[in-house]
Amino acid sequence: MLSAILVVGLLAVIFGVVLGFTAVKFKVEGDPLVEKIDKLLPQTQCGQCGFPGCKPYAEAIANGGAEINQCPPGGEQTIHDLADLLDREIIPLNPENGEVTEKTVVIIDEETCIGCTLCIQACPIDAIVGAAKQMHTVIESECTGCDLCIPPCPVDCIIITPVKKDLKTWQWDKPAELGFEKNEFEENVFKETDYKKIDLDKLHANKSDTQ
Amino acid sequence: MSEFALILVSTVLVNNFVLVKFLGLCPFMGVSKKLETATGMALATTFVLTLSSIASYLVNTYLLAPFELEYLRTITFILVIAAVVQVTEMIVHKTSPLLYQVLGIYLPLITTNCAVLGVALLNVQTEYNFMQSATYGFGASIGFSLVLILFSAIRERLTVSDIPMPFQGPAIALITAGLMSMAFMGFSGLVKG
Repeated sequence: MLSAILVVGLLAVIFGVVLGFTAVKFKVEGDPLVEKIDKLLPQTQCGQCGFPGCKPYAEAIANGGAEINQCPPGGEQTIHDLADLLDREIIPLNPENGEVTEKTVVIIDEETCIGCTLCIQACPIDAIVGAAKQMHTVIESECTGCDLCIPPCPVDCIIITPVKKDLKTWQWDKPAELGFEKNEFEENVFKETDYKKIDLDKLHANKSDTQ
Repeated sequence: MSEFALILVSTVLVNNFVLVKFLGLCPFMGVSKKLETATGMALATTFVLTLSSIASYLVNTYLLAPFELEYLRTITFILVIAAVVQVTEMIVHKTSPLLYQVLGIYLPLITTNCAVLGVALLNVQTEYNFMQSATYGFGASIGFSLVLILFSAIRERLTVSDIPMPFQGPAIALITAGLMSMAFMGFSGLVKG
Protein backbone atom coordinates (compact mmCIF):
# COMPACT_ATOMS: atom_id res chain seq x y z
CA MET A 1 0.00 0.00 0.00
CA LEU A 2 2.74 2.40 1.05
CA SER A 3 4.87 1.47 -1.95
CA ALA A 4 1.92 2.20 -4.25
CA ILE A 5 1.57 5.70 -2.84
CA LEU A 6 5.32 6.24 -3.05
CA VAL A 7 5.58 5.03 -6.66
CA VAL A 8 2.67 7.10 -7.93
CA GLY A 9 3.95 10.06 -5.91
CA LEU A 10 7.42 9.62 -7.41
CA LEU A 11 5.94 9.49 -10.92
CA ALA A 12 3.96 12.64 -10.27
CA VAL A 13 7.12 14.41 -9.05
CA ILE A 14 9.10 13.29 -12.13
CA PHE A 15 6.40 14.49 -14.54
CA GLY A 16 6.01 17.69 -12.57
CA VAL A 17 9.73 18.41 -13.00
CA VAL A 18 9.64 17.56 -16.73
CA LEU A 19 6.56 19.73 -17.29
CA GLY A 20 8.00 22.58 -15.29
CA PHE A 21 11.20 22.42 -17.29
CA THR A 22 9.38 22.47 -20.66
CA ALA A 23 7.13 25.28 -19.46
CA VAL A 24 10.20 27.41 -18.87
CA LYS A 25 12.08 26.24 -21.95
CA PHE A 26 9.15 26.65 -24.38
CA LYS A 27 7.64 29.73 -22.83
CA VAL A 28 5.45 31.61 -25.30
CA GLU A 29 5.64 35.35 -25.00
CA GLY A 30 2.61 37.12 -26.36
CA ASP A 31 0.73 35.56 -29.21
CA PRO A 32 3.16 34.56 -31.98
CA LEU A 33 0.30 34.34 -34.47
CA VAL A 34 -0.41 38.05 -34.03
CA GLU A 35 3.23 38.78 -34.84
CA LYS A 36 3.03 36.72 -38.02
CA ILE A 37 -0.16 38.46 -39.18
CA ASP A 38 1.29 41.85 -38.26
CA LYS A 39 4.32 41.15 -40.45
CA LEU A 40 2.08 40.63 -43.49
CA LEU A 41 0.26 43.92 -43.03
CA PRO A 42 1.66 46.98 -44.85
CA GLN A 43 2.34 48.92 -41.61
CA THR A 44 0.78 52.11 -42.92
CA GLN A 45 -1.01 52.48 -39.57
CA CYS A 46 -3.74 54.25 -41.54
CA GLY A 47 -6.69 52.89 -39.57
CA GLN A 48 -8.82 52.27 -42.66
CA CYS A 49 -9.58 48.79 -41.34
CA GLY A 50 -11.43 50.33 -38.40
CA PHE A 51 -8.72 49.53 -35.89
CA PRO A 52 -6.20 52.03 -34.53
CA GLY A 53 -3.25 50.57 -36.43
CA CYS A 54 -1.88 47.41 -37.98
CA LYS A 55 -1.10 45.59 -34.73
CA PRO A 56 -4.62 45.93 -33.27
CA TYR A 57 -6.01 44.76 -36.61
CA ALA A 58 -3.66 41.76 -36.50
CA GLU A 59 -4.89 40.97 -32.99
CA ALA A 60 -8.49 41.23 -34.15
CA ILE A 61 -7.82 38.84 -37.04
CA ALA A 62 -6.16 36.37 -34.70
CA ASN A 63 -9.12 36.50 -32.29
CA GLY A 64 -11.62 36.17 -35.12
CA GLY A 65 -12.91 39.69 -34.50
CA ALA A 66 -12.15 40.90 -38.01
CA GLU A 67 -12.14 39.61 -41.55
CA ILE A 68 -8.95 39.51 -43.61
CA ASN A 69 -10.33 41.83 -46.30
CA GLN A 70 -10.24 45.15 -44.46
CA CYS A 71 -6.85 46.46 -45.52
CA PRO A 72 -7.01 48.70 -48.63
CA PRO A 73 -3.32 49.70 -48.65
CA GLY A 74 -2.32 46.04 -48.65
CA GLY A 75 -4.76 45.27 -51.43
CA GLU A 76 -5.22 41.88 -52.97
CA GLN A 77 -1.70 40.73 -52.17
CA THR A 78 -2.21 41.12 -48.42
CA ILE A 79 -5.56 39.33 -48.53
CA HIS A 80 -3.90 36.53 -50.47
CA ASP A 81 -1.00 36.25 -48.01
CA LEU A 82 -3.33 36.34 -44.99
CA ALA A 83 -5.58 33.69 -46.49
CA ASP A 84 -2.48 31.60 -47.06
CA LEU A 85 -1.23 32.00 -43.52
CA LEU A 86 -4.57 31.46 -41.82
CA ASP A 87 -5.83 28.82 -44.23
CA ARG A 88 -8.95 30.79 -45.11
CA GLU A 89 -10.80 31.51 -48.31
CA ILE A 90 -9.61 34.43 -50.42
CA ILE A 91 -12.30 37.13 -50.33
CA PRO A 92 -12.44 40.44 -52.19
CA LEU A 93 -11.58 43.66 -50.40
CA ASN A 94 -14.41 45.06 -48.31
CA PRO A 95 -15.52 48.27 -50.11
CA GLU A 96 -16.57 49.79 -46.77
CA ASN A 97 -12.93 50.10 -45.82
CA GLY A 98 -11.90 51.86 -49.00
CA GLU A 99 -10.43 51.03 -52.36
CA VAL A 100 -7.02 50.07 -53.54
CA THR A 101 -5.39 53.26 -54.75
CA GLU A 102 -2.07 54.10 -56.25
CA LYS A 103 0.63 54.43 -53.67
CA THR A 104 0.94 58.05 -52.61
CA VAL A 105 2.98 60.14 -50.22
CA VAL A 106 2.24 63.58 -48.84
CA ILE A 107 4.30 66.68 -49.27
CA ILE A 108 4.08 69.77 -47.09
CA ASP A 109 3.98 73.06 -48.93
CA GLU A 110 6.67 74.73 -46.89
CA GLU A 111 5.67 78.27 -47.86
CA THR A 112 2.20 77.92 -46.40
CA CYS A 113 3.10 75.88 -43.32
CA ILE A 114 2.64 77.81 -40.09
CA GLY A 115 4.39 75.29 -37.85
CA CYS A 116 1.40 74.27 -35.75
CA THR A 117 2.72 70.68 -35.16
CA LEU A 118 -0.80 69.24 -35.52
CA CYS A 119 0.27 67.01 -38.38
CA ILE A 120 3.26 65.75 -36.39
CA GLN A 121 0.88 64.58 -33.68
CA ALA A 122 -1.36 62.88 -36.21
CA CYS A 123 1.40 60.99 -38.03
CA PRO A 124 1.34 57.37 -36.84
CA ILE A 125 4.89 56.62 -37.92
CA ASP A 126 6.67 59.89 -37.05
CA ALA A 127 7.54 60.68 -40.64
CA ILE A 128 7.04 64.43 -40.20
CA VAL A 129 9.82 66.48 -38.69
CA GLY A 130 9.63 70.05 -37.44
CA ALA A 131 9.10 72.09 -34.30
CA ALA A 132 6.53 74.62 -33.07
CA LYS A 133 6.44 77.75 -35.27
CA GLN A 134 9.08 76.24 -37.53
CA MET A 135 8.08 74.82 -40.87
CA HIS A 136 7.61 71.06 -41.08
CA THR A 137 8.58 68.58 -43.71
CA VAL A 138 7.79 64.99 -44.58
CA ILE A 139 10.46 62.31 -44.76
CA GLU A 140 9.29 60.92 -48.06
CA SER A 141 10.93 57.52 -47.71
CA GLU A 142 9.13 56.97 -44.40
CA CYS A 143 5.69 58.23 -45.45
CA THR A 144 3.19 55.39 -45.86
CA GLY A 145 0.51 57.44 -47.60
CA CYS A 146 -2.09 57.02 -44.87
CA ASP A 147 -3.27 60.65 -45.26
CA LEU A 148 -4.02 60.93 -41.53
CA CYS A 149 -2.15 64.25 -41.34
CA ILE A 150 -4.45 65.99 -43.80
CA PRO A 151 -7.61 66.58 -41.69
CA PRO A 152 -5.83 68.30 -38.75
CA CYS A 153 -3.90 70.78 -40.94
CA PRO A 154 -5.49 74.25 -40.40
CA VAL A 155 -4.00 75.84 -43.53
CA ASP A 156 -4.36 72.88 -45.92
CA CYS A 157 -0.73 72.91 -46.86
CA ILE A 158 -0.39 69.14 -47.18
CA ILE A 159 -0.61 67.79 -50.70
CA ILE A 160 -1.09 64.17 -51.76
CA THR A 161 1.29 63.19 -54.53
CA PRO A 162 1.73 59.85 -56.23
CA VAL A 163 5.05 58.14 -55.63
CA LYS A 164 7.50 59.11 -58.33
CA LYS A 165 8.40 56.27 -60.63
CA ASP A 166 12.06 55.49 -60.45
CA LEU A 167 14.11 52.32 -60.58
CA LYS A 168 13.14 51.37 -57.04
CA THR A 169 9.41 51.97 -57.23
CA TRP A 170 8.63 51.05 -60.83
CA GLN A 171 6.40 48.07 -61.49
CA TRP A 172 4.28 46.68 -64.29
CA ASP A 173 0.75 48.00 -64.58
CA LYS A 174 -1.73 45.86 -62.74
CA PRO A 175 -4.08 43.95 -65.06
CA ALA A 176 -7.07 45.91 -63.77
CA GLU A 177 -5.50 49.12 -65.04
CA LEU A 178 -5.17 47.85 -68.57
CA GLY A 179 -8.68 48.87 -69.49
CA PHE A 180 -10.97 46.21 -68.11
CA GLU A 181 -12.54 45.67 -64.74
CA LYS A 182 -10.85 43.32 -62.30
CA ASN A 183 -13.74 40.86 -62.20
CA GLU A 184 -13.86 40.72 -65.94
CA PHE A 185 -10.17 39.98 -65.97
CA GLU A 186 -10.58 37.09 -63.55
CA GLU A 187 -13.38 35.64 -65.64
CA ASN A 188 -11.29 35.91 -68.74
CA VAL A 189 -8.34 34.15 -67.20
CA PHE A 190 -10.38 31.02 -66.72
CA LYS A 191 -12.40 31.26 -69.88
CA GLU A 192 -11.29 32.02 -73.36
CA THR A 193 -9.75 35.46 -73.41
CA ASP A 194 -11.97 37.85 -75.28
CA TYR A 195 -9.60 40.42 -76.68
CA LYS A 196 -12.43 42.60 -77.90
CA LYS A 197 -13.24 43.46 -74.32
CA ILE A 198 -9.98 45.29 -73.94
CA ASP A 199 -10.54 48.88 -74.85
CA LEU A 200 -7.61 49.44 -77.18
CA ASP A 201 -7.95 53.21 -77.25
CA LYS A 202 -7.85 53.37 -73.50
CA LEU A 203 -4.83 51.11 -73.48
CA HIS A 204 -2.96 53.42 -75.81
CA ALA A 205 -4.07 56.44 -73.85
CA ASN A 206 -2.72 54.84 -70.68
CA LYS A 207 0.57 54.14 -72.37
CA SER A 208 1.03 57.63 -73.74
CA ASP A 209 0.23 58.99 -70.27
CA THR A 210 3.09 57.19 -68.71
CA GLN A 211 5.53 58.00 -71.43
CA MET B 1 14.97 -7.02 -38.03
CA SER B 2 12.22 -8.92 -39.81
CA GLU B 3 10.46 -9.10 -36.48
CA PHE B 4 10.19 -5.29 -36.35
CA ALA B 5 9.06 -5.18 -39.97
CA LEU B 6 6.37 -7.70 -39.09
CA ILE B 7 5.20 -5.60 -36.13
CA LEU B 8 5.11 -2.53 -38.35
CA VAL B 9 3.12 -4.14 -41.17
CA SER B 10 0.84 -5.77 -38.66
CA THR B 11 0.02 -2.53 -36.83
CA VAL B 12 -0.12 -0.26 -39.86
CA LEU B 13 -2.20 -2.42 -42.16
CA VAL B 14 -3.48 -5.67 -40.73
CA ASN B 15 -4.48 -4.66 -37.22
CA ASN B 16 -4.96 -1.00 -37.98
CA PHE B 17 -6.00 0.68 -34.75
CA VAL B 18 -8.73 2.79 -36.25
CA LEU B 19 -10.27 0.64 -38.92
CA VAL B 20 -9.80 -2.85 -37.49
CA LYS B 21 -9.55 -2.37 -33.72
CA PHE B 22 -11.87 0.67 -33.70
CA LEU B 23 -9.70 2.65 -31.31
CA GLY B 24 -9.18 6.38 -31.63
CA LEU B 25 -12.35 7.03 -33.56
CA CYS B 26 -13.04 10.46 -32.10
CA PRO B 27 -10.11 12.28 -33.71
CA PHE B 28 -10.66 10.13 -36.80
CA MET B 29 -14.11 11.68 -37.27
CA GLY B 30 -13.41 15.01 -35.59
CA VAL B 31 -10.24 16.28 -37.25
CA SER B 32 -10.65 14.79 -40.72
CA LYS B 33 -12.55 17.61 -42.40
CA LYS B 34 -9.43 19.27 -43.79
CA LEU B 35 -6.32 17.60 -45.10
CA GLU B 36 -3.99 20.10 -43.49
CA THR B 37 -5.50 19.80 -40.02
CA ALA B 38 -5.52 16.04 -40.36
CA THR B 39 -1.84 16.04 -41.24
CA GLY B 40 -1.06 18.19 -38.21
CA MET B 41 -3.12 15.94 -35.97
CA ALA B 42 -1.44 12.88 -37.46
CA LEU B 43 1.99 14.31 -36.70
CA ALA B 44 1.08 15.29 -33.14
CA THR B 45 -0.49 11.90 -32.47
CA THR B 46 2.51 10.08 -33.94
CA PHE B 47 4.78 11.97 -31.60
CA VAL B 48 2.61 11.41 -28.54
CA LEU B 49 1.86 7.77 -29.29
CA THR B 50 5.47 6.75 -29.84
CA LEU B 51 6.73 8.67 -26.84
CA SER B 52 3.97 7.49 -24.52
CA SER B 53 4.36 3.87 -25.53
CA ILE B 54 8.09 4.09 -24.70
CA ALA B 55 7.46 5.96 -21.45
CA SER B 56 4.71 3.62 -20.32
CA TYR B 57 6.93 0.62 -21.06
CA LEU B 58 9.69 2.10 -18.89
CA VAL B 59 7.29 2.94 -16.09
CA ASN B 60 5.76 -0.52 -16.21
CA THR B 61 9.07 -2.43 -16.21
CA TYR B 62 11.10 -0.34 -13.81
CA LEU B 63 8.49 1.02 -11.43
CA LEU B 64 5.33 -1.09 -11.44
CA ALA B 65 6.72 -4.60 -11.94
CA PRO B 66 9.44 -4.50 -9.20
CA PHE B 67 6.93 -3.29 -6.62
CA GLU B 68 4.19 -5.64 -7.86
CA LEU B 69 1.87 -2.73 -8.57
CA GLU B 70 0.49 -3.98 -11.88
CA TYR B 71 -3.03 -3.19 -10.70
CA LEU B 72 -2.12 0.52 -10.93
CA ARG B 73 -1.26 0.15 -14.60
CA THR B 74 -4.21 2.00 -16.14
CA ILE B 75 -4.03 5.00 -13.84
CA THR B 76 -0.28 5.41 -14.14
CA PHE B 77 -0.46 5.09 -17.92
CA ILE B 78 -3.07 7.81 -18.03
CA LEU B 79 -0.71 9.94 -15.94
CA VAL B 80 2.13 9.22 -18.36
CA ILE B 81 0.00 10.06 -21.41
CA ALA B 82 -1.32 13.26 -19.86
CA ALA B 83 2.21 14.43 -19.13
CA VAL B 84 3.45 13.58 -22.65
CA VAL B 85 0.50 15.40 -24.21
CA GLN B 86 1.14 18.45 -22.04
CA VAL B 87 4.78 18.53 -23.15
CA THR B 88 3.74 18.14 -26.80
CA GLU B 89 1.22 20.94 -26.44
CA MET B 90 3.82 23.31 -25.08
CA ILE B 91 6.28 22.44 -27.84
CA VAL B 92 3.66 22.85 -30.58
CA HIS B 93 2.50 26.15 -29.10
CA LYS B 94 6.03 27.47 -29.25
CA THR B 95 7.14 26.06 -32.58
CA SER B 96 3.97 26.25 -34.68
CA PRO B 97 1.34 28.66 -33.31
CA LEU B 98 -0.84 28.20 -36.37
CA LEU B 99 -0.96 24.42 -35.99
CA TYR B 100 -1.69 25.04 -32.31
CA GLN B 101 -4.65 27.21 -33.22
CA VAL B 102 -5.87 24.82 -35.91
CA LEU B 103 -5.69 21.74 -33.68
CA GLY B 104 -7.28 23.72 -30.86
CA ILE B 105 -9.15 21.49 -28.45
CA TYR B 106 -8.10 18.32 -30.25
CA LEU B 107 -4.51 18.63 -29.10
CA PRO B 108 -5.22 18.18 -25.37
CA LEU B 109 -7.84 15.64 -26.38
CA ILE B 110 -5.06 13.31 -27.56
CA THR B 111 -4.96 12.47 -23.85
CA THR B 112 -8.32 10.80 -24.18
CA ASN B 113 -7.51 9.20 -27.53
CA CYS B 114 -8.22 5.58 -26.68
CA ALA B 115 -5.62 4.41 -29.21
CA VAL B 116 -2.88 5.92 -27.04
CA LEU B 117 -3.92 4.10 -23.89
CA GLY B 118 -4.76 1.04 -25.95
CA VAL B 119 -1.24 0.81 -27.36
CA ALA B 120 0.32 1.21 -23.92
CA LEU B 121 -1.86 -1.54 -22.43
CA LEU B 122 -1.49 -3.89 -25.40
CA ASN B 123 2.29 -3.53 -25.17
CA VAL B 124 2.19 -4.90 -21.65
CA GLN B 125 -0.38 -7.55 -22.47
CA THR B 126 1.66 -9.02 -25.33
CA GLU B 127 4.84 -8.75 -23.19
CA TYR B 128 6.84 -6.82 -25.74
CA ASN B 129 10.36 -5.73 -24.87
CA PHE B 130 11.60 -2.14 -25.12
CA MET B 131 12.35 -2.01 -28.85
CA GLN B 132 9.23 -3.98 -29.71
CA SER B 133 7.06 -1.61 -27.67
CA ALA B 134 8.60 1.40 -29.37
CA THR B 135 8.03 -0.17 -32.81
CA TYR B 136 4.49 -1.14 -31.87
CA GLY B 137 3.70 2.39 -30.72
CA PHE B 138 5.31 3.89 -33.82
CA GLY B 139 3.53 1.45 -36.14
CA ALA B 140 0.20 2.12 -34.48
CA SER B 141 0.64 5.86 -34.92
CA ILE B 142 1.71 5.46 -38.54
CA GLY B 143 -1.40 3.36 -39.14
CA PHE B 144 -3.51 6.01 -37.43
CA SER B 145 -1.90 8.79 -39.47
CA LEU B 146 -2.31 6.85 -42.71
CA VAL B 147 -6.03 6.30 -42.37
CA LEU B 148 -6.63 9.77 -40.93
CA ILE B 149 -4.93 11.43 -43.90
CA LEU B 150 -6.59 9.10 -46.43
CA PHE B 151 -9.96 9.70 -44.82
CA SER B 152 -9.58 13.48 -44.74
CA ALA B 153 -8.53 13.48 -48.40
CA ILE B 154 -11.68 11.53 -49.25
CA ARG B 155 -13.81 13.87 -47.14
CA GLU B 156 -12.37 16.91 -48.87
CA ARG B 157 -13.45 15.48 -52.19
CA LEU B 158 -16.84 14.51 -50.75
CA THR B 159 -17.63 18.12 -49.90
CA VAL B 160 -17.67 19.05 -53.58
CA SER B 161 -19.39 15.94 -54.85
CA ASP B 162 -23.08 15.49 -55.46
CA ILE B 163 -24.41 13.63 -52.40
CA PRO B 164 -28.12 12.96 -51.87
CA MET B 165 -29.61 15.21 -49.19
CA PRO B 166 -30.17 12.62 -46.43
CA PHE B 167 -26.58 11.39 -46.69
CA GLN B 168 -24.83 14.73 -46.51
CA GLY B 169 -22.42 15.51 -43.70
CA PRO B 170 -21.58 12.97 -41.01
CA ALA B 171 -23.74 10.27 -42.61
CA ILE B 172 -21.62 9.93 -45.72
CA ALA B 173 -18.48 10.27 -43.56
CA LEU B 174 -19.52 7.27 -41.47
CA ILE B 175 -20.37 5.27 -44.58
CA THR B 176 -16.98 6.13 -46.02
CA ALA B 177 -15.28 5.06 -42.81
CA GLY B 178 -17.18 1.78 -42.96
CA LEU B 179 -16.10 1.16 -46.54
CA MET B 180 -12.49 1.95 -45.64
CA SER B 181 -12.73 -0.46 -42.74
CA MET B 182 -13.98 -3.18 -45.05
CA ALA B 183 -11.15 -2.43 -47.45
CA PHE B 184 -8.63 -2.81 -44.64
CA MET B 185 -10.17 -6.18 -43.74
CA GLY B 186 -8.63 -7.31 -47.00
CA PHE B 187 -5.23 -7.19 -45.30
CA SER B 188 -6.19 -9.72 -42.65
CA GLY B 189 -4.22 -12.92 -42.95
CA LEU B 190 -1.25 -11.05 -44.39
CA VAL B 191 0.60 -11.21 -41.10
CA LYS B 192 -0.27 -13.07 -37.93
CA GLY B 193 -0.50 -11.12 -34.70
